[in-house]
Amino acid sequence: MQAMTVRELIGEFVADGASVALEGFTHLIPFAAGHEIIRQHRRDLHLIRMTPDLVYDQMIGMGCARRLTFSWGGNPGVGSLHRLRDAVEQRWPRPLELDEHSHAGMAAAYCAGAAHLPFGLLRGYLDNDLDKANPRIRRVDCPFTGETLAAVPAINPDVTILHAQRADRAGNVALHGIVGAQREAAMAAKTLVVTVEEIVDALPPAMNGVVLPHWVVAAIAHCPGGAYPSYAHGHYTRDNAFYQRWDAIAREREGFLAWMQEHVLDTADHAGFLASLGRKAA
Amino acid sequence: MTPTTRDEWMTVAAARMLRDRCVCFVGIGLPSAACNLARLTHAPDIVLIYESGTIGTRPDVLPLSIGDGELAETAAFVVPLPEVFAHYLQGGRVDVGFLGAAQIDRFGNLNSTVIGPYDAPATRLPGAGGAPEIAAHARETFVMAKASKRSFVERLDFRTTAGFGEGAGARTRGTASGGGPRAVITDFGILTPHPRTDELQLSALFADVTVDEARAAIGWPLAVADVVTHVEPPTAHELDILRALHARTRQAHAQPVVLPSFER
Repeated sequence: MQAMTVRELIGEFVADGASVALEGFTHLIPFAAGHEIIRQHRRDLHLIRMTPDLVYDQMIGMGCARRLTFSWGGNPGVGSLHRLRDAVEQRWPRPLELDEHSHAGMAAAYCAGAAHLPFGLLRGYLDNDLDKANPRIRRVDCPFTGETLAAVPAINPDVTILHAQRADRAGNVALHGIVGAQREAAMAAKTLVVTVEEIVDALPPAMNGVVLPHWVVAAIAHCPGGAYPSYAHGHYTRDNAFYQRWDAIAREREGFLAWMQEHVLDTADHAGFLASLGRKAA
Repeated sequence: MTPTTRDEWMTVAAARMLRDRCVCFVGIGLPSAACNLARLTHAPDIVLIYESGTIGTRPDVLPLSIGDGELAETAAFVVPLPEVFAHYLQGGRVDVGFLGAAQIDRFGNLNSTVIGPYDAPATRLPGAGGAPEIAAHARETFVMAKASKRSFVERLDFRTTAGFGEGAGARTRGTASGGGPRAVITDFGILTPHPRTDELQLSALFADVTVDEARAAIGWPLAVADVVTHVEPPTAHELDILRALHARTRQAHAQPVVLPSFER
């Protein structure tokens, strides 16, 4: 495990054309890493996330993505992701291929990826059009009962990026709260890198907590506030007001580009991003 | 007291359908308000599951997102997301699922994917999320949707989530373990499936609505049940609880977020 800055981490581990999963179900979304991917002008990425959320709306709108694997693409509780919609409806700023699933299907695909099995299995995609839209949703017969089940190919990202509350100096990572599919996305990755709120001498006791051990973690970057405007349980809450404001910021291309220029491209790092929003630490 | 809004009628009507101690898979928006209103009134021991993995949650304010920290802090316990879908939903351990949609047809099938063709949509909607498997495996589902000819349509642009399929028992010949839509709560009243044909029919109206108004809001020739009841108006108690919940929620969501201090 290596300790590095977020800039070094993205520079070293995220290449143009890579498949990349920035996971975190509403909680612990790695915004700092997503912004750094935008700053470093990565292109042709295959982005993977159950809920693309604002972080992928931003990356798609800035032209980083060629393909998206996802299961629900909205601004939670607010409405549309306007940049995702523009990419699909108007092919702006470039066309976006969709690999679309349901939550249950995508969760099964991550579990299969984590276990290094070829496909995930579920009793799902029943009598709907999702398997017509996505030829990678197929059927398989149970060899024991003959029941026909849905099969989805395992997800094994080139790189999974997580944000977590803590790592220790050996590189063990601990996260808690709503843990989504982070553990599965981490174990499914060819390479796992993590940004953390704090690096500590010893992790708190976590007999049943989610721990990603140092030998599966390729690199760690210390990045306080790295999940903002999503949240890090125990550190800061979700900025729901920002999620509501994003609807207006992202609605038109010009306003979106100006916002990204000011707050992401023209800032050096995540601390600069937070400062530009006037959210530098209390 | 200010007049009751149609949203409040819908929320109260949906809340009353939930039994105490039932296990309920909750979606964001009106369903979340309805489930928590039930919990704060007649169903104190209802078990609310949000797909983020929070089980037995008792939020003091409504979450904006399905994964607000409030849900985890007030939950009995929190499980990884794959477990929610595999162990609880597919495992048959959910009584009620609550869904919304952009389009619904007369057999309770739902579209939350696209308006227009899939490959070149006029409107790209958020997509499936948990809905297809919630509708498949919850013992029964409720749908909440405001009625209009654009949303209650003769033919869906895309079927994201199966209700009763083509009707007339089609669902029971498939492999979905749950029973399908039990009621559709709209802003004029309630539709329920005909026991034989599975077609949604008007079975209850809110106080100030007529059958003709209901028909005018629906994009297919709406069938009307032999007996159409009137939903009892929301009580002062129900409205007090619901309005206080919304007031707490507005206040909480307007709070500025304070980040911890750190070195630059």
